Amino acid sequence: MLDPSNTLNPFAVAMPEIFLTAAICVVLLFEAFFGAKRRGATATLTLFVLVIGAALTVVYANVTQRVVLFDGMYVADPLAYVLKLAGFLIVAWVLLYSRSYLENRDILKGEYYVLALTALLGIFVLVSANSLLTVYLGVELLALSVYAMVAFDRESGVAAEAAMKYFVLGAIASGMLLYGMSIIYGLTGTLSLDGIAAALHSPSDLGVILGLAFMVVAVAFKFGAVPFHMWLPDVYEGAPTSVTLFVGTAPKIAYFALALRLLAYGMPGAAIDWTRMLMPLAVLTLVVGNVVAIVQSNLKRMLAYSTISHVGFIVLGFVAGTKSGYAAALYYMLIYVLMALGAFGVVVLASRKGFEADRLDDYKGMYRRDPLLALAMAMLMFSMAGVPPFVGFWAKLRIIQALWETNHPWLVIIAVSMSVVGAFYYLRVVKLMYFDEAPETLPATVRSTGVRFALGINAAAVLVLGILPAPLLDLCSRIIG
Amino acid sequence: MHDHLLSILIWLPIASGIVVLMLGERNVGAGRWLSLIGSVATLALCVPLWHDFNTHTAAYQFVEQVAWIPRFHAYYALGVDGISMPLIVLTAFMTIPVVIAGWRVITKRAAQYYAAFMIMEGLMIGVFAATDALLFYFFWEAMLIPMFLIIGIWGGPRRVYATIKFFLYTFLGSVFMLAALIYMYVKAGSYSIAAFQALPLTLTEQRWIFFAFLLAFAVKVPMWPVHTWLPDAHVEAPTGGSVILAAIMLKMGGYGFLRFSLPIAPDACRELNMLIITLSLIAVIYIGFVAIVQPDMKKLIAYSSIAHMGFVTLGAFVVYAIVRASGGLQGAAMGMDGAMVQMISHGLISGAMFLCVGVLYDRMHSRQIADYGGVVNTMPIFGAFMVLFALANTGLPGTSGFVGEFLVILASFKAGFWFSTLAAVTLILGACYSLWLVKRVVFGPVGNEHVAKLTDLDGREFLILGALAVAVLLLGIWPAPLLKVMEPTIHHLVAQAVATKVPV
Repeated sequence: MLDPSNTLNPFAVAMPEIFLTAAICVVLLFEAFFGAKRRGATATLTLFVLVIGAALTVVYANVTQRVVLFDGMYVADPLAYVLKLAGFLIVAWVLLYSRSYLENRDILKGEYYVLALTALLGIFVLVSANSLLTVYLGVELLALSVYAMVAFDRESGVAAEAAMKYFVLGAIASGMLLYGMSIIYGLTGTLSLDGIAAALHSPSDLGVILGLAFMVVAVAFKFGAVPFHMWLPDVYEGAPTSVTLFVGTAPKIAYFALALRLLAYGMPGAAIDWTRMLMPLAVLTLVVGNVVAIVQSNLKRMLAYSTISHVGFIVLGFVAGTKSGYAAALYYMLIYVLMALGAFGVVVLASRKGFEADRLDDYKGMYRRDPLLALAMAMLMFSMAGVPPFVGFWAKLRIIQALWETNHPWLVIIAVSMSVVGAFYYLRVVKLMYFDEAPETLPATVRSTGVRFALGINAAAVLVLGILPAPLLDLCSRIIG
Repeated sequence: MHDHLLSILIWLPIASGIVVLMLGERNVGAGRWLSLIGSVATLALCVPLWHDFNTHTAAYQFVEQVAWIPRFHAYYALGVDGISMPLIVLTAFMTIPVVIAGWRVITKRAAQYYAAFMIMEGLMIGVFAATDALLFYFFWEAMLIPMFLIIGIWGGPRRVYATIKFFLYTFLGSVFMLAALIYMYVKAGSYSIAAFQALPLTLTEQRWIFFAFLLAFAVKVPMWPVHTWLPDAHVEAPTGGSVILAAIMLKMGGYGFLRFSLPIAPDACRELNMLIITLSLIAVIYIGFVAIVQPDMKKLIAYSSIAHMGFVTLGAFVVYAIVRASGGLQGAAMGMDGAMVQMISHGLISGAMFLCVGVLYDRMHSRQIADYGGVVNTMPIFGAFMVLFALANTGLPGTSGFVGEFLVILASFKAGFWFSTLAAVTLILGACYSLWLVKRVVFGPVGNEHVAKLTDLDGREFLILGALAVAVLLLGIWPAPLLKVMEPTIHHLVAQAVATKVPV
């Protein structure tokens, strides 16, 4: 643990980013020279990089309080530390799950791993951003890597279409973000988030609200909040499942950090304005996400709408506009990532070359074909529905608590009603797996022990964190301060 | 051991359920025996619970408290008083017949079947034992998962519809209760039920909380008009599922009214008591009529359950009508006593009735009354049991069914002539549907060649029906020990229910 009084070496604190940048170069070169000969060696190397990175983060970046470095561009605080550690862990898990998927389809190429690492770097930059410039840098680095990943399977027309949609809409959102930033910069004369926070006071004047509106739209787009969610189902469905797994999990950390750093920390003076803007978005997101998910027949698309509904809950944490609300949103985000990781992991493991296992009907009688996979999926579905003893319950509870603390009875009523609607489509997956008989023709699931072990840990975490939620709840409240 | 008795009661069945699950379908024989041993051991542990229970205090006993989420002051806090302890014993008692009843009948995914019921038992005991609202909710909701699977996997032809309806209905009710609990946590700074009971609340707040609770508990009881999930769930559930559903899960609604609604929102309960009383009387009378015309045995018993549970809610809320009519509390405790006895008694009788139907169904694979007739000619012993339980269902003196209904009718007499008169209609309606059921199924000439081939009870079936018959008669003839156990708690509860919590 680092003592902040003598942390004058900013390069030590920024070790995760520095190491990651170096490692990206190494992985890229390794792939160029050895990748073709030894398929899969890059994958192993990347996992190795992630483990070392996590270790270095623990050693160097574990700060006990907020430190601003590099002329105010970069901030290191306990939140950034935890999120970076989570980032390493999540990406490692994603790569574990996706290896067999890529191998099966002959797209096990080093670029996938390089892109995952650059995306991770983008996440880190965003997580530690303390200036509008760093924020934008992180957003773009992450977004560009992810666009490329979506189009990664170049044989697939659907994936190309999804990438194109994502890119065009994403570019518009980036434009919005930049435009909003430029307005705020023009009004406050500073790029530093600390400076902006000091310059803006309630009540905001019209210019600030205008700039803010653009930024809120960009954040909503990144999160996939309704009505800026159109890209999300298409990307989730069109991308190769291993990429959906990535897109659906790790970047959520970054988007949470984006909302927190930009809105909650950067413009607390205008909180009343952006909470008002987020409120209708949150309600719409909850309603549309849950209702539209019901009619999906494609599991990946259903999970995409379920993501949207979870985003509604996360945004509700920001609507509360208190530390308790941000902590709730952080907790919800981490739990969501854990659950999404498992759910898409199951889809990856259930699929084979030529059989994507992405239709709901492909899960009929899963219990008989692969009891372990079915059990994991059932646990994840109950967790997403928010049924105890699984951890998804605590995430919802925490958000509702934050809403009561800030006296939002109608939002509570909408949130709990929508979680009942949500329960329906999660139950349907359980129904298909456990109550229906399996058709004879479905191919076997992936049986590689290592991956199944990883999935087992993932599902067990959903249960264990549900029975003993205190440490993580505590951590989230503590690092938000 | 007494320090952890409740924990053991919760986790022993759950642990045995998990072991059964891990033994898997290949070792289902061992799993069966393990479930039986686990459930019998759980009942055996209820002996010290009952014996060492102090009947002179309304305070929680066998208390355990461990910090669960220190930041939110949520505790793994357990304890029992006079209303929860008998329900725990009932839960432990009723799980054994369920395990035995499935012994030869369940062949499909049997290990999972036993595991689901054992885990369910632990969770249900947890609901009654929790003294922390968050822990209570945790068990309350977790319980839905095994029941969802039980109906969905081992149920009848429309099982998927029934189980999803069951889950969503109860989930819808519960989430509003959760919202109310969190609201009170934010006000009280603790999730302890005692803190909620002591929390001053304005009348408006109490009204909202009352309706949130009403939604949760009315669905569970179930009260008219949110009862429609129950006939579906019962008809489609396997016998064991029906037994647990009728005997224990419905009681949780009644328990919730006594533990949460009355003490936490007493002013709102006073204001809205006529709503509950009216709904209860509708359940008693209207649903009684509905039961008469059912062609399906399970559906008939399901509707009769709704009518009988109407007595529970009536007994719980009639206290306000008594105060209004007489200005005093005389007879108020009697209504709640009646509600509690009715819950225990209905648990035994409805469970027994469903087991009887299960016995017939295993032989004939039909639940339609029209397919039977003259069963007593081929199954005399079974006929005797079925008649006994049907009579208990009508409230025949000497059976447990009489005690609860009589106490509630007596109490409602203090509230006014019409209350008791309307409630007493059940004695006629109950006799109509129960006895007519027996007449058509058990008596008369042999209905068809299938009935002619029926074989009487085997030892296993005799054992479970016999044990239930003894319990029904014992409670009917000598209810005093049960009433004594409940007395201090009921008095305390009446005092809480008539007090006011509105801050001055």
